[in-house]
Amino acid sequence: MGLEQNEVSLEQIAILHNRFKQLSQNEETLRRDDLKTIQDLESNPIRYQIIEAFFDRRNFQKDGVGSVEEIGFEEFLTVMSYFRAPAHHITEEQREEIRRAKLRFLFNMHDTDNDGTITLEEYRHVVEELLSRSGALGRETAKGIADAAMLEVASISVGPMAPDEFYEGITFEHFLKILKGIEIETRMHIRFLNMDTAVFCKQHSV
Amino acid sequence: MIQELTSRLKLNFPAQIIPRYSCFRRGSMFILVLGLLVGSLMPLGGASGSPGSGTGQDECKKNNGDEKNGNKTTKKSFPVLSLNYENVRLPFEISLWVLLASLMKLGFHLMPRLSSIVPESCLLIVVGLLVGGLIKLVGKAPPVLESNIFFFYLLPPIILDAGYFLPIRQFTENLGTILMFAVVGTLWNAFFVGGLLYGVCQLEGTNLAGVNLLSCLLFGSVISAVDPVAVLAVFEEIHINELLHILVFGESLLNDAVTVVLYHLFEEFTNAGTITVTDGFLGIVCFLVVSLGGIVVGAIYGILAAFTSRFTSHTRVIEPLFIFVYSYMAYLSAEVFHLSGIMALIACGAVMRPYVEANISHKSHTTIKYFLKMWSSVSDTLIFIFLGVSTVAGPHEWNWIFVVATLVFCLVARVLGVIGLTFVINKFRIVKLTSKDQFIIAYGGLRGAIAFSLVYLLNPKHFPMRNMFLTAIITVIFFTVFVQGMTIRPLVDLLAVKKKQETKRSINEEIHTQFLDHLLTGIEDICGHYGHHHWKDKLNRFNKKYVKKCLIAGERSKEPQLIAFYHKMEMKQAIELVESGGGSKLPSAMPSTVSMQNIQPKKPPQDRALPQLSKAREEEIRKILRTNLQRTRQRLRSYNRHTLIADPFEDGLDEILIKRKKMKELEKKMNNYLTVPAPPADSPSVARARLASDPQAWGLKSVTEIPTIKVELVSPQNPESVKVVDEFSKKGSQPKGSEEEGGLTMRVPSSEKQRKDKTPDEEPQPRFMRCLSDPGPAAEDEDEDEPFLP
Repeated sequence: MGLEQNEVSLEQIAILHNRFKQLSQNEETLRRDDLKTIQDLESNPIRYQIIEAFFDRRNFQKDGVGSVEEIGFEEFLTVMSYFRAPAHHITEEQREEIRRAKLRFLFNMHDTDNDGTITLEEYRHVVEELLSRSGALGRETAKGIADAAMLEVASISVGPMAPDEFYEGITFEHFLKILKGIEIETRMHIRFLNMDTAVFCKQHSV
Repeated sequence: MIQELTSRLKLNFPAQIIPRYSCFRRGSMFILVLGLLVGSLMPLGGASGSPGSGTGQDECKKNNGDEKNGNKTTKKSFPVLSLNYENVRLPFEISLWVLLASLMKLGFHLMPRLSSIVPESCLLIVVGLLVGGLIKLVGKAPPVLESNIFFFYLLPPIILDAGYFLPIRQFTENLGTILMFAVVGTLWNAFFVGGLLYGVCQLEGTNLAGVNLLSCLLFGSVISAVDPVAVLAVFEEIHINELLHILVFGESLLNDAVTVVLYHLFEEFTNAGTITVTDGFLGIVCFLVVSLGGIVVGAIYGILAAFTSRFTSHTRVIEPLFIFVYSYMAYLSAEVFHLSGIMALIACGAVMRPYVEANISHKSHTTIKYFLKMWSSVSDTLIFIFLGVSTVAGPHEWNWIFVVATLVFCLVARVLGVIGLTFVINKFRIVKLTSKDQFIIAYGGLRGAIAFSLVYLLNPKHFPMRNMFLTAIITVIFFTVFVQGMTIRPLVDLLAVKKKQETKRSINEEIHTQFLDHLLTGIEDICGHYGHHHWKDKLNRFNKKYVKKCLIAGERSKEPQLIAFYHKMEMKQAIELVESGGGSKLPSAMPSTVSMQNIQPKKPPQDRALPQLSKAREEEIRKILRTNLQRTRQRLRSYNRHTLIADPFEDGLDEILIKRKKMKELEKKMNNYLTVPAPPADSPSVARARLASDPQAWGLKSVTEIPTIKVELVSPQNPESVKVVDEFSKKGSQPKGSEEEGGLTMRVPSSEKQRKDKTPDEEPQPRFMRCLSDPGPAAEDEDEDEPFLP
């Protein structure tokens, strides 16, 4: 419902279908290992989270939870459609919906245990992964950075807290609030999905 | 005559100033400044113009008279006081002009009502007109804005300032749009205006038949370029959103290449006489050479500067000099080959900045920033004043039709160009440009001194109508700066254009920006599409792997951007904290109403493998965290997950007392380095709070041999780090003194081995603390060694 504006055009579907076939080696379903073989992903610090996102039922818009072992083209396309840019002439309401949907995608990537909040541990994990290429220095500072970030969220969302009170974790609403400054709906998009003309599909030696 | 002038001025100005009491004082100050100005003008007016100036001669005569008197009494008296103005004439005049410009700037800001209505550039031009008028009244020829002076001395500081502080992210995101406006827009303007003017000139009734097509095209190309100086001057005051700012400003910078090429092209053609298709083709090639060549030259000098800055750790004082000289050399080198000097300067500044900032000290950074701002401000002021003076001075040839036609065509061309280009550009943009944006872009196309100087450079032999061109250009400049400059601010308010957001970048946003970058790159890879995220990522990796290693000194080269950002933020907050009185008021940036205890869940602790981390680094990081993150309370026990409820007051008290005693001893030693006094002995809770919030307190202990208590103890932020400290101490070395158990953080960590390790690394710590506080005179030189980003 929320992603109606994010539907992809026919040509783009054809191109993505080709790519799907390529990755899954002409099978009907895609597995994690197929995605892991993409060479360019090797240097990406958050590749595991990205791959997980494809297999996360929460992103399939069918109100499911948990993860699956393999996905079909429909799910692949659904996940891809999160990265479509909003159309130009949409109402403020629709824009808000799109923003929520995209932020929900990001939230799901962080909230690995699906309890509805991003706890400090999960957030630390995120920052550590981001800095995972920096060795030991990264790991130590990651803790500090994650802590500082959590503090900031708590301060912004909840305000003054007595020492006995306890901040469980970042809920989705808080997440929306702190990322208000980033215009997610325009930043989180792939240009490829925007072009109406057919774009070549790179052949990867797998 | 002086009295007459001043009284005339006095009569004019008070009328504008409403005779209310508060304004009266400001008005009188302005009059004072003006009086100073007139007073300083008198020798100037006498001095400028032909050598052997009048005043000089007068004073010489006086002196001769004295001498003659002296001669009567003695044969040859030693000239006690002699005057030789000619020696110092040039620097004296230049200084007077600069002083005049600065005093004027001062004057304007003393009258806030005026400066809020009229942009500074207008006021400065008016002052220039006045000064020019005064000089003319005195009977001397007012100086004109020499093109050499303008291009070699006045323009580079402004451009360097713009290039060094260019917001790279927005610039590259909108590069396509900017290039479209700069290249295609300027070309369109040039040919439209040039062509139509030629058409007008051919009309009967105007005696402009002598103006041939090439001259018109040349004129059109000169006048169609949006001027960065004028744009900066006006846009700086209206604070519009970053997108529009970067679009108009970027366009004004990049269209220099187009202007240079067209200018030289048409100048050559005028000399040559005939044009062929080959020439046109060569023109296009020339454009590519000029722009890309300029960028390459700038980039080379930028890399050289970055490389040089890698070795300046021992000579911090001349670091800013390298930056300035390399950039200036880039500009001049580009000018040697008739490449675009502006683009070279921008490229140089933008390329060297990330590397230089990682290498230079904090003070050098401040120096560079303030010098650039100062020079560009002075240049900017001088340019506008000279523009006014040149208007009075310059030979004018007023031709109603030509001037009016120029003006109308310029405006029309700009509007049409913007609308047309936006229509095309919006097809490729994600964030489309609305009609409000288009209006601001069109309206912000101000012309300025570059156009004037370029026309001034024209050879009157080849261009007999040069004076007419000058007049027309001045009119257009005046119109855009006065009318458009003055009205853009109310229009921006009227149209409710989005203003610049003053929010600070939060750490969450930074984390997620990076996260998004990686996510999008990953998705692109999965799609198999090599989009611009992919290439950006590749560039970043290349940068990190090879370039940073060469150009950044020492450890900093491995620091990822997130950590650098974090350190910068913490450093800023630390400085704020200290400046705000050492913890009595915490900076609002990090509202510390929440402390870590609120966030830590009561989960069993996990075992972590110890990373190999240099102790100094760890200490540094902890220091940063501890001094800034929150008003720490000594709720240590709640972090020790074994005990859910504990009263830390009793446990912590002994340690606090010991600590305080130690601190007092240390404080005596370090007295001259600190501005924040040691906390007095008061009740435990107050003492704790004060200790916790006092950033100075923590740093002292690490300096001495005394087995000091590590501060992490009292900071409940990082339980894991607390554990790490324990393990560190247990691991390598035997702690001197008592050993405590129970997950307590109060550990006396010193041992031979540790201390040995620490001594070289300890250097940064006291220096770091000193950097935060106001260092005593002896500490000055050591301070410099601290790199800008610790």
